[in-house]
Amino acid sequence: MTAISKQPLGAAYSATQAISQTPKRKNLIAVFALAPALAVFFAFWLLPFSRLILMGAEADRSSGISAYLTILTHRQYLISLVTTVTISITVSLAAVGIAGIAGFFLARHRFIGKSTLVAILTFPLAFPGVVVGFLVIMLGGRQGALAQLSLWLFDERWMFAYSLAGLFIGYLYFSIPRVITTVMAACENLDRSLEEAARSLGANSWQVTKDVIVPGIAPALLSTGAICFATSMGAFGTAFTLGTRLSILPLNIYGEFTNYANFAMAAALSVVLGLITWVALSLARKLAGGNVGAPV
Amino acid sequence: MSSSVSITLTQCSRTFSGGHTALQPLDLHVNAGETLVLLGPSGCGKTTTLRIISGLESPDRGGRVQFGEQDVTALPIEKRDVGMVFQNYALFPNMSVADNIAYGLKIQRLPRSETEQRLAEVMRMVDLEGFGERRIDALSGGQKQRVALARAIAVRPKVLLFDEPLAALDAKLRDRLRLEIGQLLRELGTTAVYVTHDQDEAMALGDRIAVMQAGRIAQLGTPQEIYHQPANAFVADFIGAVNRLEVIGKGANGQLTVQGGELTAPHLQEAQSVYCRPEDIEVVALPNAQVKGRILQSIFLGQSQQLMVDTGGATPLQVKASSRQHWPIGTAIGLALPPQALFHPESSHSELAAASAKEQANG
Repeated sequence: MTAISKQPLGAAYSATQAISQTPKRKNLIAVFALAPALAVFFAFWLLPFSRLILMGAEADRSSGISAYLTILTHRQYLISLVTTVTISITVSLAAVGIAGIAGFFLARHRFIGKSTLVAILTFPLAFPGVVVGFLVIMLGGRQGALAQLSLWLFDERWMFAYSLAGLFIGYLYFSIPRVITTVMAACENLDRSLEEAARSLGANSWQVTKDVIVPGIAPALLSTGAICFATSMGAFGTAFTLGTRLSILPLNIYGEFTNYANFAMAAALSVVLGLITWVALSLARKLAGGNVGAPV
Repeated sequence: MSSSVSITLTQCSRTFSGGHTALQPLDLHVNAGETLVLLGPSGCGKTTTLRIISGLESPDRGGRVQFGEQDVTALPIEKRDVGMVFQNYALFPNMSVADNIAYGLKIQRLPRSETEQRLAEVMRMVDLEGFGERRIDALSGGQKQRVALARAIAVRPKVLLFDEPLAALDAKLRDRLRLEIGQLLRELGTTAVYVTHDQDEAMALGDRIAVMQAGRIAQLGTPQEIYHQPANAFVADFIGAVNRLEVIGKGANGQLTVQGGELTAPHLQEAQSVYCRPEDIEVVALPNAQVKGRILQSIFLGQSQQLMVDTGGATPLQVKASSRQHWPIGTAIGLALPPQALFHPESSHSELAAASAKEQANG
């Protein structure tokens, strides 16, 4: 690195030219081959996205200043931003904690009905967010199972479905299957002789877990946690079903856009949401060193 | 260095779920301070035996494992005080070289000063001074196995166990590390059990060798006994190359007629067949030859050449000859087989079993 930067500018220039000239023909073919993909990329991604970024810089309808600035200066948006990030982080941590242990147990033990259990545990992946929201209402809504039980026991209705707690349960519900499947795969790839080596040196099972297993599956935990975070940040269906009064980013974007026609604010919120999610994913990818894909 | 301890296995068998018996009831005694090599083709039960000694596997009901006088059958590996070296190194990738080696000492909660001192000591022993802060993935295969070795001996275990530690290394490195391990074992005087499928490794390292076949010990003895007095055809065939000559007739004065000539073997009068190692066969002038044949193939090996000689028998005779002389295919060759080089193992296993086992080992 330093060697290159110390070279005179001309040297670096001629070097790059020498490299680019030889495979010139190949490059030309590559450009032609990539043209359709590039066209799609420009038309459906780069153009709308640049427009979105620019739109977010326009004046907000109520405050009159740039929408980006409005997010940072207005309490209402800041709270919504913090709430969304907080609930996403909490859900990711809880999912990794609960499903990490369950996934490890499932990967290590054989028992009758295991494949059925795994199938049931991963079933929520098949549901859209709306259905998940509906399930949460059936559990913690006005007529939900919890309300019925508490009514019978204590003569009062306990509800959580229309609050952040309901949202937490809903997000956890669709995060757990992802973590379980990832952790199971990671555990199966663990080198058993590492655990045997640690045990031969006197390590008990707690020490083996702490020193060998957790470090071994850490990249998987990190990446699956990041994906849970990204999914929770952008989840719309569940939140929408549970109530539009919840102050979280996806609902705010929807509200600004459809109810108030405040396009600048909707755009600015979208950009912020996308940016936070993208940073989280790329950070996890860097730390984990493996493949952390986009949310499925 | 550490007071060494003997290992005794009594009636240890191992049947896996599904009914496969990896190990027939086995009695084995390893003397204190001795290095015993378990040698055999894959699937012969050598690794299962090692894992039973280590505590990673339990013997079937009725089996007993003792370290000295102590019955350790019920103890898990972490309470047995063993050091183990694995084929794939099994180093902790999230720790530095020094942290790997000191891991057992950390578990034992040794005082810091003593940990430092032992770390320096074992790193010197395995020639890894100055590597302490390296990351594991920045090491070569040979260095990795040295770290694994250092990690195993740092805790001063009662017993050292090796599971094919050199199998993943290239030939030259394997030879060098083999010498070093041998030196280290002599220096430490720790009782060691060493699993391998490589006969050279077994001969070089073992005070005694247990050749295993199909879950049993086929022969237990010193390297010399195993090589020169194999107990059966399987052992003879597995350890080094061997020629088998069918006896087709008997002459006066202890002469045995074989394809291509006659042999003098007064000590093998009852045998149906005799065995001879390729390196014991001498190339002689045709008039003085006991057995005559024609060259089928010659393979140049540098320090010697392997000649395949057709004597009219079912299989050609393997002869290890000087690499200086050129033998064109079809040339007539005279051979002499000295009486002391001829032997006949008590044939308790069929030739077919021996052949198929050898094939497995090679495959």
